[in-house]
Order: sequence, then C-alpha cells, then structure tokens
Amino acid sequence: MRPHTGDAVGSGGHNDGADSQPADDERGGALVMSGSVQRGRFTLEADLVAAPGEVLAVLGPNGAGKTTLLRALSGLDALSNGSIALGGLILDDAATDTFVPPQRRPVGLVFENYRLFPHLDVRDNVAYAPRVQGASRRVARAAADRWLQRLDLTALAARRPHEISGGQAQKVALARALAAEPALLLLDEPLSALDAQTRLDVRTQLRGHLDQFTGPVLIITHDPLEAMIMADRLLVIENGRVVQQGTPAQVAAQPATQYVARLVGLNLYRGTLDPGTSLVCLDEAGSFTVTYNVEDLPAVTGGGSSRVQVLVGLRPSAITIHTARPAGASPRNIWKGTVAALEQLTDRVRVQVDATPPALVDVTPAAVADLGLRAGVGVWLSAKATETEAYPDPGNHRRP
Amino acid sequence: MKPIARPTARQGPAAPTRQRTRADTVRDAIPWTLGVPALVGALFLLVPLVGLLIRAPWRDLPSILADSQVLDALRLSLVCASAATAASVVFGVPLAWVLARSTVRGITLLRALVTLPLVLPPVVGGVALLLAFGRQGILGRLLDESTGITLPFTTAGVIVAETFVAMPFLIITVEGAFRASDRDYEEAAATLGASRLSVFRTVTIPLIAPSLLAGAVLCWARALGEFGATITFAGNFPGRTQTMPLAVYVALESNPDAAVALSLVLLVVSIAVLAGLRDRWLSTGTAP
Repeated sequence: MRPHTGDAVGSGGHNDGADSQPADDERGGALVMSGSVQRGRFTLEADLVAAPGEVLAVLGPNGAGKTTLLRALSGLDALSNGSIALGGLILDDAATDTFVPPQRRPVGLVFENYRLFPHLDVRDNVAYAPRVQGASRRVARAAADRWLQRLDLTALAARRPHEISGGQAQKVALARALAAEPALLLLDEPLSALDAQTRLDVRTQLRGHLDQFTGPVLIITHDPLEAMIMADRLLVIENGRVVQQGTPAQVAAQPATQYVARLVGLNLYRGTLDPGTSLVCLDEAGSFTVTYNVEDLPAVTGGGSSRVQVLVGLRPSAITIHTARPAGASPRNIWKGTVAALEQLTDRVRVQVDATPPALVDVTPAAVADLGLRAGVGVWLSAKATETEAYPDPGNHRRP
Repeated sequence: MKPIARPTARQGPAAPTRQRTRADTVRDAIPWTLGVPALVGALFLLVPLVGLLIRAPWRDLPSILADSQVLDALRLSLVCASAATAASVVFGVPLAWVLARSTVRGITLLRALVTLPLVLPPVVGGVALLLAFGRQGILGRLLDESTGITLPFTTAGVIVAETFVAMPFLIITVEGAFRASDRDYEEAAATLGASRLSVFRTVTIPLIAPSLLAGAVLCWARALGEFGATITFAGNFPGRTQTMPLAVYVALESNPDAAVALSLVLLVVSIAVLAGLRDRWLSTGTAP
C-alpha cells in the first residue's frame, strides 16, 4: 500500500488536513465485500478487502467473473447473498435487504469501452456527474475544466468522443469518473481497447493518476504485466472463485493455479510432500525432489512426518535439456520425454516437452541447433532440487 | 451497346457515378413479366399527382389561397396538427418508453392495442371517440358534468381526433428507437450519479433524438391529413373544426378550383415531409 499523498486527487480539491475530518472518515474507507452474485447460471463468490489508497488488480481469464464483480460493486447488479461495505457505508446487504442504487453509490466506474456520451463534447462528458448531482451548468463546467487540466486534456474540451483517440478517450473516461468524486474507483480492462504503443504510455500515466487517488482502486485485467505494474496487490479469479491473493511478487513466485502459472511463465505441479525425504509425489504422475521453506508449511513443523498437499513451481529456464541421460552428483530431478513443440519467444525458444510430468523449457536458439531439437525428438530433462520449490497448496479452489 | 453513366440503384445518391458495364446490363435486366406491371403501378401512383399539377389554377392561386375561409382552414390545420403532435410527444414518448422497457406481463398485448389506430378505419376511431368523449359518452358525461367542457364539434375535438389517429405513428417510431438504443450509456450515467429521470432526460432522449424527430414529423403529417375521425367526432364547421382535408372535400362541390389549390398545398407539405424524413429518418441508424 502506498502512503496517502497530501495533494490527493480523490478528495476533489478540498483536502486541507482532510484526513482528520469525520466527514472524510465516513466517505473514505476500505472496501469490504463478502458474498456472491448470480448472473444466469453463473455464480461469482468473492471475499475481498481493499484498503484506502490501495490499487488491487483483479486478474482472471475471460468469463471468470471479473466484470460481474465490478457490476456488483457499482450497483448495476445486486448481490444474491452477502454484503458490500465501503468505509462505514453499507452498499449492499442481502440479509437486511439494503441496496444502494448505482446513482447513490460513491463509486466511480471506468468502463472497458469507456462509454463516453456521444452527444456531449469532452467537457460536458466530464461535467456530467457534477451537473446531474445538482451543480449549475457554469459550476459543473468549471469543475470539468479543473479535471481536464489535471489530466492534461484541456485541448480536447470541445471535441466529441468520436473525434478523439482511444488513449484520449480512456483519460476522458477517467476524468469523468473522478469528477463524480467517488470514494472507490473501479476500472474495467482500462487498457485493453488500446494499441500496444498507446498502452505503454497510458499505463505509466494511469498509474500516476491512480497514485493520487485516496480511496481503494480496483483494476480488472487479464494482462498479468498490466496487473503487476499497476497494482499493489493481485486478486486472481477463476470460474467465479477467488483462487489467489497476494502481492505481485508473491503471486509470481508461488502461483496457486495453472492459469496463474502460465501467466507468469512457470511450470506448476500439484502433489504430496513427504517432509522426511523432501520427495513430492505428483498428483498426475512422477515425482520431484524439492526444497521448501519449513515456515511456509506449518503442517510439517507441527507433525514432523505428516504428508502435506503442496504446489511445486519450476521456472522454464531452470530446466536443462540433454540428448542423453545426464550424469552428476548434485541432487536433482531427471526425467525423460519427447519434444512436442517449439515456440520462438523474443530472445529464447520455449520448448514444450511431453513427459512425466510435462514441462516447458526455455533454451537459447543456439541450443536448439546444437541439440537438434524438433518435434518428436526424445530428450532428457534435469532440474536442480534447489530450483524446484514446493509451497503450500491453498487447496480451497480445487475442483474435480 | 453504348455504355451509359448513372448511379447504380444499390448505392445512395451520394455515391460516385460509375460506368455501366456490360456485366451490369446483363445482371440487372428486368423481365417484361415484372417490368410491365411495375410500370402500370408506377403510372397509377404518379398520374393523379401529375393531373393535380396540370389542372391547378396557377394564375388564380394567390387569390384563392388568400380567401378567408381557405386561410381559416389552413390555420386551423396547422394549429391542430401541431397541438396533436405536442400531445403525442407528451404522452406518447413515455408510453413508448414503457412499451420498450417494461417486462410486465401483458405489455405485448398493450403494445398491439395502442397501435391499433394505425390500421383502424379513421371513421371507426371517430365513432369510438364519440362514444367515449361525446356528451353522452362514458368520460364525456363526467367531463361535461364536472367542468362543463364538451369536446365533440369543437376545435379541441379536432385535436383529440387527430391525436388519436396520429399518436401511434410516433409511438412505434420512438419505441423502436428505445428498443434499439444502447443501454450501456444509461448504465454509465447511473454510475455518475444520475437519477432514472435524469438518465432519461440527459442520455436516453438525446440519443434517440433523430427518431423522435422523425416520429413527430410522421405524426404531424398524419394529423394534418386526418379526415375520417375528425369529421365524425368534430364535424365540419368552417373556422372551428373545418381543417384542410375537410375544406377540400366541401370545396370540390362548390369551388373545384379552390379544392385543387388546397390539395396542391397539402401535396407540397407532403413532399416536404418526405424530403425531411429521407434525411432524418431513413438514413440514420437509430431509427427502425
């Protein structure tokens, strides 16, 4: 979490010592959600907390329930059970039948497709929230002008949405949401509609703007890089369930599911650890000698010899490919397989090996030539036990 | 065959002219079994209008149109059609919104019923209005007893009759637009703090404005030409309930030149409406 900054954008300008004012305590505050949303046959279950000033990235594949989550938080959909609270304000509580409609929630939402009003120019789009909340046209436009200036959009004030670029539209949508002075900011795939070059520029700028927002921020994304760069913490959703939460570093180092492992480029195996021998029997087939941090595995420290469910993470660059069975003394895992496919990454080649267990291996293009790697070739794989790390399986997301 | 340049039928009027190729000639050839009836149909629709133009008393036109009774009919028509359009907008737009957005059971039946006047013979509409709002009608008697207002055979009655016949035109146009309009913008407005009424006023209506305008023009044109319901419900009193179509009908007996002149005015209005709709309605994507 970042420290609160003095010239906070989110408090809308009236922030002289605002932290001590009770009004701000009521408005600002942590987002706490615990409940589920039903949309057709799909159910999203989510327990999450986001602190003021924290940027939480919600990461997950398409159809995981990310947008459903945003719709519930913004009040476009109601919870089927559970509750959502923002600071001292209950936004939705199925038990007491409390439901604050979207127009009365201090929640700003930047839609994936921005949804700028096509019949209004940029200034009036940004002035929309103050205007419908009762400000005169003059006051609302003055407020809009301040936001346009802060986001460096003044030059576009008189343009219509169809006359500006995607990157500009993204900033206008952010300005429009911020002009409502929300206490919680939600961004749905903020960069997905942009081309690659614009995305880089906007990502940096967006992070800067979010740093100035005092309330919690949720960013929905399916791009792990985006999530890692923009967020303080990640929340991974799959099939309507939260499967992992943690800092970007934690998630990258110890992914809890295949989806996350693939995103961060890690081989992931699930199995049972025998602490006595440091041997993990993999659920699918095969076994690994591993290293583990005893403090990570309380079951081990407690029981001594009890077997524990673990995940084993193995970086593709930590695996070595050999054409013959390698010899050597250091404790390592050696197994046999067949090259299934090769994929050129920017500076290396990722080799997909069918084996027990299967693995992705990164090698240099030179190695591909030296070893004569191509689909169908039989190979040996080796990985040092020190590179083969076991950590506890969160387990609660396991599905048949 | 000598190639001739013309815009192809499939392209709009703004499309560039291109050379007609032999392939076009072969592909677009019209078989005579369709071509002949098509020609008869076209002539049937156009010849009467041409006749109107030929028989028009062009020289006396200014003096005929300056006649006080004609001017009265013209003024009354414009006032009543505009009032009927205003009433249709005030009541028809909310009704169209409910028809488009409500999921209440029976809304489909309600939609069918309120658009019935589209196909109902206007005379039947006039009779129905008499039974409802006539001095002895269900609501008419209440209205008469409580306020002393009677609608039949008054200018207000003309407006009621025209609204009854014309409002469905506005409703179906606007309802289609509400149905097709993007709810995403309304959601965005709600997250920005707009109440449902604000959303309707500041987002929904501006986005369907072209369709609303087209529906209003269509409604106004229908009201202007209204005859059957008007003469049945409001009668035919010059200066009070005698609108242009009624004046044309009456004048045909006594003063054929005046009838033709009035018809010409209505024709011009119709052409203007058609030209307006072509731009506003037929070419915009938001209208059905």
